[in-house]
Parts: sequence; structure tokens; C-alpha cells
Amino acid sequence: MLKLDLDNALVLRSREAAARITGAFAWLFDGYSTVAIERTVLRLMGIDGATKDGKPLPNVVVDHLVRHSGINRGAAVWVVNAMLAKNLNAQQVAEQVAQRKLKLTELPLAAPEKLLKVMQPITKNTLKRIKANRQLRDKKFAEYGPRRVPAIYVIVATGNIYEDVIQARAAAREGADIIAVIRSTAQSLLDYVPYGATTVGFGGTFATQENFRIMRAALDEVSAEEKRYISLTNYASGLCMPEIAALGALERLDLMLNDAMYGILFRDINPKRTLLDQYFARMINAYAGIEIQTGEDNYLTTSDAIDKAYTVTASQLINESFALMSGIKPEKMGLGHAHEIDPEIENSFSYELAHALLTKTLFPNSPVKYMPPTKFASGNIFKTHLMDAMFNFIGQLTGQGVQLLGMMTEAIHTPHLADRSLAIENAQYLFKAVKNLNEHLDLGPSSFVNTRANQVLRQAVEFLEKVADEGLFSAMAKGEFAEIKRPENGGKGLDGVFLRDQNYYNPFMESLKQELGL
Amino acid sequence: MTKHLVKPYGDTLNDGKMQLSFSLPVSCDAFGKEAARVLLLQMGFSEPEITGMRNLNEGFTHFIAYASTSVAVDTAKIKVKVVDTPVMDMETTDAFVEEHIGRKITVVGACIESDAHTVGIDAIMNMKGYNHRYGLERYHSFNAVNMGAQVPSEELLAKARELKADAVLVSQVVTQKNIHIKNLTRLIELAEAEGLRSKMLFICGGPRISHELAIELGYDAGFGTGSYSTDVASFIAFTLARHV
Repeated sequence: MLKLDLDNALVLRSREAAARITGAFAWLFDGYSTVAIERTVLRLMGIDGATKDGKPLPNVVVDHLVRHSGINRGAAVWVVNAMLAKNLNAQQVAEQVAQRKLKLTELPLAAPEKLLKVMQPITKNTLKRIKANRQLRDKKFAEYGPRRVPAIYVIVATGNIYEDVIQARAAAREGADIIAVIRSTAQSLLDYVPYGATTVGFGGTFATQENFRIMRAALDEVSAEEKRYISLTNYASGLCMPEIAALGALERLDLMLNDAMYGILFRDINPKRTLLDQYFARMINAYAGIEIQTGEDNYLTTSDAIDKAYTVTASQLINESFALMSGIKPEKMGLGHAHEIDPEIENSFSYELAHALLTKTLFPNSPVKYMPPTKFASGNIFKTHLMDAMFNFIGQLTGQGVQLLGMMTEAIHTPHLADRSLAIENAQYLFKAVKNLNEHLDLGPSSFVNTRANQVLRQAVEFLEKVADEGLFSAMAKGEFAEIKRPENGGKGLDGVFLRDQNYYNPFMESLKQELGL
Repeated sequence: MTKHLVKPYGDTLNDGKMQLSFSLPVSCDAFGKEAARVLLLQMGFSEPEITGMRNLNEGFTHFIAYASTSVAVDTAKIKVKVVDTPVMDMETTDAFVEEHIGRKITVVGACIESDAHTVGIDAIMNMKGYNHRYGLERYHSFNAVNMGAQVPSEELLAKARELKADAVLVSQVVTQKNIHIKNLTRLIELAEAEGLRSKMLFICGGPRISHELAIELGYDAGFGTGSYSTDVASFIAFTLARHV
């Protein structure tokens, strides 16, 4: 059996250091909220739709509360108060605010127990709907059988949701287990979630509730025909992280790209904003039974995949620790890594094998997510197809949870129909060819793969302990992650972070904490 | 001028053999195969042979084919616009700038508008560069400012004006629906409107960008796939030295 012999003391130290890093944020999680969190609460209360010029109603209401200095108590309090005073539902309150017929902060606040009485059934109903989605998914997996390991994950990215549906259905029939609808390139920095079905995007398709619904319905149809549950994933990241998580929970997405630090490092989103948003987003994902996936592959596309391999491990451990704080179980943590070593390097395959095995061994119960070669993929599609085969070989050999298939046209365009099909054929061939090979292989304790994995782990531990000593924000400000400096009070979205009033109330966060035992 | 005609080569000179791969919205059967073959005939190929056929589902089929073309290209008539400045390594460029320009060159770069993919601009500008070639930040002779992703054209130009830049570098990776052409055109139009176009070099880069396209769009140079910091730095140094 192909098995690493990891230094147990190092494993323990790595988790202790990660817990020290993430445990230092109680002041932030208990004291602050963000406009994205408040918009999420409103969406979960049933507020949907947009104004004529396309501004979503959750944004209208939250902006209204910011303008009238009411946001610090939490958006739910004001909306419920208006529902009570005016005998309206949440949606009607939002519409009246949009029509400037209602100023929420001008209504006298009712007693807390009266507000709670209105709020509780709303919270309960929404959670019931999310729970029903979770149960339906579990039922389908029980009926059709579990997802294959590694699961075949492919992307669609035409910009047009209806065209995406055709490509997704074709891929699912060929054997894809998970369909990701790549988002339009600028969406992560939009401070709102666009409304309705969309047919134009750049490098991807906008994530909207309606697009989620359209794709889910299409995949449910194929699932029933193929007798295989086809999972759907999107991106709970960027400035609307918790809102997208909520929409995914409501529309039964099954996975979400959801990283605790990606937005800070690679999209220059404010550190406080990101950590707060991920804290709430992950509670929603946890309750919805959504498998999160993290974005460690990005460290390797910006830095050397051998020298900086430890940054992947360090980030995985921090992501794991933050996820646990939000109630996500290890079996729903798709911690990420990638196959990005320069193919010109001698023994690159041995390095990749060591790194992939390290991830799988450190997180044995997690459906770890393995990303394909991208940095050294070129216009030579034949070479890239071969690199993808080597990547698929390692994926099966080391039992990765999710194999994000490489496309031979990776460096050229978003995949054409045939590109995706060839990628699936490639994966299926390798997965079958080396299915049980790992049972017949052994690693000596002093083998290169074993030594290398322990070396990366040791570097990660030393790095994490240093970060734990100086604090995550300080380390980020100094550029110790991904060689990018991110100061605590810099980046986009800082103006959407606010201090909570002592009477702040977020009904969903309270209920979720209770449900998740946090 | 003497003609110099060439045809695709399989294993015999002038056999015209080409390898083709495409998908059609047809069924994966004898009917679909014939449709693919007829398509190749209509394209002017002779002896089309469908060697592979794969069902893509949802009514689509993928074909792999070989065919011969009778078309030849006269290489005597081929003209390409390429960046014609010699390529120097970092040390040579630094020495060249010191000798011929005598001050630091300021370069401002960004991925503009909706483009969030910094791989290209980072490979050229960031300290560590790409594939054993350091980025412009590492050059002693360059003051390189990388503004990162999703930078509005206006902000890039404002920064270039503020720093009195010698060159503006623009990267465009996303090309769906020709968004890169729109973005690059917008930037150059703004630069002209603001009177900056003639004051500095405008250079663009990305996987779908060629020098020829860049010239057509009104830029001084364009760098496509396979270009390195050394190509860009040498071009800037030589071109500025010519104007000194």
C-alpha cells in the first residue's frame, strides 16, 4: 500500500499552530459584521428581486440602513420591525424602501420579544428549506450510489447559462460527477449579486440565483436518466461570499469554492472583510451540507511549485482550522492543491507524487481537491494532454477526492465541447488503468517521496509557528503569504465592515450556531 | 520575384496532408461521418478520411480527420510585422540603459478593465519573473510599477501621467467575445484624448496578442505567448534610446 510515513510530532505541531492563528480572531467574529453578511440575512429572510436599474433589493435595504446609521444593529431587526409596524412581509418592506415610501430607522423599535416572535418562524422556515435540500441530496446519493473517487470535476464557462446547460449535460453523460459554472471574470469584485438569468459574461457566466436554479434543474434531469447524482458547484468567494453561499444553500448547490484567504491575497479584498464573510458563509455551507473547496492552487501559479510547496500545506491547515470554527466537518472540506511543477524539471513526477500524497495523508477524511497543470500548459495541446494524463495518474494513485480535470486547451480558450470530452476520456482511461496500483506499491521510509513530504511538512510547521507568533494580519501585511503584501486596513470592501452595536442581532447566525453546536 | 510555393507535409513533399479535428451537431453514426467528410470536401480538401469519431452526447459528435489540400502558399510574399529590436539579458539591458539613456526608465503596467488574470503582467513585471528571467522590478535600470488586476483605464493613465512614465504595459488574458480588443481600444482612445499617446510607449501583451494586432490597434508593440521580460525590456530600452 502506497503510504507516507509522516512525523507525527510535526502533524500535531502543524494543527496546534493553525489553531493558534485562527483562534486569535474572536474579537473580530464576535464584534463585527459586514454589509455582505447583512444582505445575506435579508436574502435568507426571503428578500429577492432588483430595482429597474438592476440594483438588488438586499443592497437597497442595506445601503439604506448604512445611510441612516442603523446597520450596526443588524438589518434583520429593522426589517422585522417594519413588518410588524406596517403588517407587511419582508419582500414588501424591501420594495417600499426601494420606492422611498418607507424609512426603516424612523419607525420606533418594538420590544425585542415582539421582534423575536416575528423573526423566529421566518428563520425556521428558511432553515427547513435548506435542510430539505440537504436531505434530498443525501437521499439521491443513497439511491444512486456515492460519488466516485476521485470525482470527475469539469468546468463550463460560455457566459450564457443556456449554452452552459448543453455543455454540462453532455459532460455529465460522459461521466462528469461535478459541474462547475465558472464565473464571469469581474464578478468577485462586484459588491452585489446580479439578478436573473444571464446570457452574456466574460470568461464565465454570472452567478445568480436564477442561473443556479436553471443549471440545478438541468442536472437533476440528467441525474435521473443516468442514475448518478451530478453535483453542481460555484464560487462563494469575493465581496459577496456569504450571499452566494446562501443562494447555493437555497438552490441545492453541492459544493462551493470557499477559501478563507484567497480573496485577500489574490483579489485584494480587505482581510477583515474576508475573514468575517467566510466565517458566516461557512456556517451556511456547513448547515446545507455543501462541500467547500479551497484555492491553494493559486499559491503555485504565482510562486515556484517546489520552493513554495509548504505555503500550500500551511494554507490548507489554516483553511481547515477556520472551517472547523464554522462547523464544517472534515468530510466536507475539499482542501486544495495543484500539479504545477515545471515539466522540464527532472523527477517532477516524484515531487508531484510526494506533494499529492502529503495532502491526502494530512487530511485523510477530506475529499481533497487536486488542480491540473495550468502554468506550464501551452498552445501545444498535445503536450498539455500528456501532462494532464500524468496528473490523472497521480490523482487515482493517491486517492484524491476531486480531480479537477485539465483541458488540453487550458492555455488557449475556455473549453470547447470536444476539449472537455477528451479530458474526461483521458481521466477515465488513467483511473481505470491504475485503479488498484497503489495496493501493490510501498514507499521506503528513506525514499525520496517520503523524505520530501516530511520536508514540506516541516517547512509548513515552521512557517505556521512564525505566523502564529506574529499574528495572521501582521504576516499578511509583511507579504509572507504568496509574496503579496496585504495590510489589515487596505484592500477592497473595508468600508463594508462595521462594529456591531451591543444590541446587534443576526437571527440566522444565532440559529446556525445552535444547529451546528458552535 | 520568384515564387516559392509550399504545401503541408505529411511524409512526402507536397502531399498536402493535414490533421483536422472538429465537432458537428450531428449524430455519431454513418450519417454524421458522411456529413463531416462532405464538409471537408466543400472546404476544398481532397481524400478526406474520418479517422476518429466520438459521441459527445446531446446531439454532438467529435471528428478527427486527415485530408489533403491542393492549396499552396507563396512564402516569397509573406510579410510579418515582428518586434525587430535585439533581445538582451537583464545585465546587458541595465548597462545599455545606463550608457544610452542615462536614467531609470519608468514603466507602469496593469491588467485593465474586467480582466482579473495577472499571470501575464506578473511574469513580465514581478521581481521573480518567469522561467528563469527576472521581471522588470529586478532591473536596476527600470522603475516598474505593477498596478495589478481590474484596473480601470483611467486609473492606469492617471498613474502613468503622475509618474511621467516612459512606457505603459497592458495585459489582456481574457479574450472571450473579443473583450480584449474592446479594452485595448478604449485605453488607446483615452490616451489620445488625454494627450498621453505621444508622450510614452504603449505596449500590450497576452496569449492572443501579436505585434501586428498591437500595431493595428495603435500600440507601439505587442507581445504574445512565449514572450519574456527580456523581450519587453529590450524593446523599451532600444526604442527609447532611438529617441534620445
